[in-house]
Amino acid sequence: MFTIMKRRELNPTVTEFWVHAPLIAKKAKAGQFVIVRAKEDSERIPLTIAGFDPEAGTVSIIFQVVGAGTMELNTLREGDAVHDFVGPLGKATEIEGLKNACVVGGGVGCAIALPVAQALHAQGTRVTGIVGFRSKDLVILEDEFRACCDDFIIVTDDGSYGQKGVVTAPLEEKIQAGANFDEVIAIGPLVMMKFVVRTTKPHNIKTVVSMNPIMVDGTGMCGGCRLTVGGKTKFACVDGPDFDGFEVDFDEAMHRGTMYKPFEAHARDAECNLLKQEVQ
Amino acid sequence: MPNMDPKKCPMPSQEPDVRNKNFQEVALGYTVEMAVQEAQRCLQCKNHPCRSGCPVDIDIPGFIAHVAKGEFEEAYKVIAQSSALPAVCGRVCPQENQCEGKCIRGIKGEPVGIGRLERFVADWYRENVHAKPEKPASNGHKVAVIGAGPSGLTAAGDLAKLGYKVTVYEALHVAGGVLMYGIPEFRLPKDIVQHEVEGLKELGVDIECNMVIGKVLTVDELLGEYGYDAVYVASGAGLPRFMGIPGESLNGVYSANEYLTRVNLMKAYQPGSRTPIQHSKSVAVVGGGNVAMDAARCAKRLGAETVYIVYRRGMAELPARKEEVEHAEEEGIIFKTLTNPVEVLGDENGWVKGMTCVEMELGEPDESGRRRPIVKEGSEFTLDVDTMIMALGTSPNPLIRSTTPGLDADRHGCLITNGPDGLTSRPFVYAGGDAVTGAATVILAMGAGKEAAAAIDRAIKEKYGEA
Repeated sequence: MFTIMKRRELNPTVTEFWVHAPLIAKKAKAGQFVIVRAKEDSERIPLTIAGFDPEAGTVSIIFQVVGAGTMELNTLREGDAVHDFVGPLGKATEIEGLKNACVVGGGVGCAIALPVAQALHAQGTRVTGIVGFRSKDLVILEDEFRACCDDFIIVTDDGSYGQKGVVTAPLEEKIQAGANFDEVIAIGPLVMMKFVVRTTKPHNIKTVVSMNPIMVDGTGMCGGCRLTVGGKTKFACVDGPDFDGFEVDFDEAMHRGTMYKPFEAHARDAECNLLKQEVQ
Repeated sequence: MPNMDPKKCPMPSQEPDVRNKNFQEVALGYTVEMAVQEAQRCLQCKNHPCRSGCPVDIDIPGFIAHVAKGEFEEAYKVIAQSSALPAVCGRVCPQENQCEGKCIRGIKGEPVGIGRLERFVADWYRENVHAKPEKPASNGHKVAVIGAGPSGLTAAGDLAKLGYKVTVYEALHVAGGVLMYGIPEFRLPKDIVQHEVEGLKELGVDIECNMVIGKVLTVDELLGEYGYDAVYVASGAGLPRFMGIPGESLNGVYSANEYLTRVNLMKAYQPGSRTPIQHSKSVAVVGGGNVAMDAARCAKRLGAETVYIVYRRGMAELPARKEEVEHAEEEGIIFKTLTNPVEVLGDENGWVKGMTCVEMELGEPDESGRRRPIVKEGSEFTLDVDTMIMALGTSPNPLIRSTTPGLDADRHGCLITNGPDGLTSRPFVYAGGDAVTGAATVILAMGAGKEAAAAIDRAIKEKYGEA
């Protein structure tokens, strides 16, 4: 039984579950993901692990309601159980040996940028955190970031909180000011990661991005999560989800991500009109 | 006196124009009368060549003799001694190359319909006998099986019958492997697969779903702190292959694995399913194996007006079972053989709108013994399709070999074994099925499971001095 031990609403469309899954909690590392099915007839959806507590035997997932799968997940309460919970899948983020890293998170992607920042902090890396949201009421996990970042910048698209603008502006400033990052790790919407890479590439700063394409099984069987990286076909579920940002074909990935948009929109309309405005 | 009719009793089936619009089973199965009549065609010959053609060595003349006398329960018991999944094999085995291919009735007419009889016996037993199997006495040893597909389930069944405590670890949310995610409902109803799985549970086999070995637990942990005496790796085929031609990343290009998984495992064919699938007008399935036939027939049933099989060799070279090809043709699938795609064409929104193909001709045989397809100069043409499904085979999943030190694989990534035993380069670690052979058939995977179970039994008994 994958019981939801704790449920927390981080903002109106983003929810956190701490799920009882002791075997996964024991093995999980930052950057890995799980496949979740809310109910017996739900979709299998990939969600990056947002936190894990090996002693309590719990794993945290943080999700935004975008389609039928996440909507069903969002109906579950504390004490309920998710039907299926599989992981830890994919490769962990490689952080060994980093002395000075910048973690860039965007929107709900911050949920998975956080464990990476925490792991870096725990091994003594100097961590600069740059996180962006559309507006103040969508900000999540600020305290947690502050606790593990040596330098922390928050931006909002509309300027309702922190600096006004997008994450690439402070990133460029830091680089110009001689931050001298060993590596930038970017986790967020594809368009954000694309522009982070466009910022770091002229300075030749190694940039790792976390891809979250459409998946079905998540274990290396269906091939739905394929991406073009360095001109070759790669599978996010077993070769990733982290890839060298300089090599990823973001435009193709963005296009493939739209394949079931009409289906997702239909599922949302069928269930709840209120949520539409919150979803990008 | 045997029934000397030169032809098999025909299989009652749904009409092609009806069945290509639904997902119910195509072949409806023999009646009692048909089964008895067909069984009486067996000559009970001395050499029973049929048996040598069966990868799991079923006593074929033995069970058929019971069917001929109307003793269906006895017939089932004969099959069950050798096969853990008779209702499955009776439906999906390539009998024409195995038991039936060797039947002496086939010399001067059609062979005995062994597959149809096996299916009849298994279905009759499931519908009429509800006795639970007796749990064998425990021998105190534990074996872990990785993968609840045909190979893993066969090994689990055989080992459980020998008294082993068997745990099967399955990565997906349901047991059955390719029988659940790959082979469509209309060829193999899923409740039949689940019934066979339940039978194994009644034998005492534990099945743990949602467990990706190599990730949540490693083979070394299973052999170490979990206390298993041996591990059988039957993790199946892996990631789909693509052609490497321009346009394969366009929306509307699927691997057959993804398409079939959405349709079968995730039940996208059912109204109200949560799983999205593209409802296409015109589909090209690239490849000529059973998986290609399954994908094409699913696409047709989902409402596509035109479905092509695009294959670079000729009709005679199609690797699919003859019956599958015939069924597909009857259902209106168009075979574009001696044709190879060279580019997928996209519309202004990045969706598939067609593909450029070239015509092929067959040259000298290549290393596989099949005639090599060669491009005909200047033969380019465009096929208008809105969906492409790539059914080109798979390459092995890396999760177990990359997390098990000392487990040797060949250059393709297939696990290396010492031959039919299935012993890998690691002591007490055995492997079989597609993880070793690359994509093959259900029955070959079952045969490997059977051999490995026997080898594991010998190795464990030797280790404990019980031999």
